[in-house]
Amino acid sequence: MSLKGKHLIDPGDFSLTELNSIFQLAEKIIENREEFSEICKGKILATLFYEPSTRTRLSFEAAMLRMGGKVLGFSDANVSSTAKGESIADTIRVISSYSDIAVIRHPKEGAPKLASKYSAIPVINGGDGGHQHPTQTLTDLLTIKKLKGSISGNRVAFCGDLKFGRTVHSLIKTLSRYPENKFVLISPNELRLPEHIKHILKSDANVEVVETEDLELVIDSIDILYMTRIQKERFFNEADYVRLKDSYILDKNKLKAAKKDMLIMHPLPRVNEIDYDVDDDDRAVYFRQAEYGVYARMALMALLLGVYENA
Amino acid sequence: MLKVESIHHGIVIDHITQGKGKKIFDRLNLGEVDYPVVLLRNVPSSKYGKKDIIKIENCIDIDMTILGLIEPNATINIIEGERIIRKMKVEIPEEVQGLFKCKNPRCISNTEAYINPVFKLAKSNGTVEYICEYCEELTSYSL
Repeated sequence: MSLKGKHLIDPGDFSLTELNSIFQLAEKIIENREEFSEICKGKILATLFYEPSTRTRLSFEAAMLRMGGKVLGFSDANVSSTAKGESIADTIRVISSYSDIAVIRHPKEGAPKLASKYSAIPVINGGDGGHQHPTQTLTDLLTIKKLKGSISGNRVAFCGDLKFGRTVHSLIKTLSRYPENKFVLISPNELRLPEHIKHILKSDANVEVVETEDLELVIDSIDILYMTRIQKERFFNEADYVRLKDSYILDKNKLKAAKKDMLIMHPLPRVNEIDYDVDDDDRAVYFRQAEYGVYARMALMALLLGVYENA
Repeated sequence: MLKVESIHHGIVIDHITQGKGKKIFDRLNLGEVDYPVVLLRNVPSSKYGKKDIIKIENCIDIDMTILGLIEPNATINIIEGERIIRKMKVEIPEEVQGLFKCKNPRCISNTEAYINPVFKLAKSNGTVEYICEYCEELTSYSL
């Protein structure tokens, strides 16, 4: 099995065996980072960021630099040829001749998939609108594997913006492919998980899904609490954002009822949905999660570039 | 009783829900063709009470995708020598391309004009809904 030359647009592009090969390599990198410090020497990563991102872009850049490769790209569509009206198809055709692998973040849903159809190099979806964020999913799964021991058999709660939260969409669909996971969906009525994803969970994966608006009602039964930010940039209407932005704030008091070994995860950036007091709690793992994101991306790029093959 | 000549070679689209015949006639562009075509409306039917029928002479090649979307309950009769040589049930198409656009305003297919997304059938009980290959949102089909 080889991932060389493949694209990562949706976590569903990879089998569980292929996903596990990424985690296996990521764990090897965590154990001995030095061993992998030159593995991408001579390789170039193109970062095509059509909308603002700090964490994902820097995480990708750090991942490539830590493997001895180089990085080029843009982080604002207004300074790229897009501002002149260039299509995604043309941009990726050109970028394919400048680099060996590309990561694309785009506000329009499906843009990375479109790019992959015209690309001669592996394309990684770095987040497309409210749709998918597969490398965040790799990060989240690696975090769960490392800190919970297994990606299966957990009761996972998603809290906050489940409608526009692409990290949630990618993660929940992927977790439903692993056995015996159960889901609790906590959101205001207006930000509930889209029907087409619920359809996949209930009809295709046949997993247990509970929906509620009340975090405190269910917090004692949760193994993993995945908090999300209410994303201002996803709202067409400012008034709706203001009304919903403080729907859920996790604080020490609410955590009293939670399990002692529950993981509190968050894709970051946080605004105010997790109180700063919570950061000292052993269950708060979101900064370690961000660190694991670099290792997950290192492993992914090494495998897509074919510079490393798992035994 | 209105009498319409049988056709010698062609197709009959039968069991069209009363009132849908005109829509199918229009969407298949049958008003533009140069071979004989008949649209029969409000034909008495023992099964449905009333139904519409379309008879097309000298042509057996019609767009089954459009037909499947508008009238999945219809039957196609292939006629040869004034006899039915084959009956086919129309089915809701599993895949559709070029007949409608993705309803999701955030979908890339609504921005980059050269894209013609494929929609895959998601569910067909009650309403017909298709998943966009790019954004995976459901688009309900209605003409």
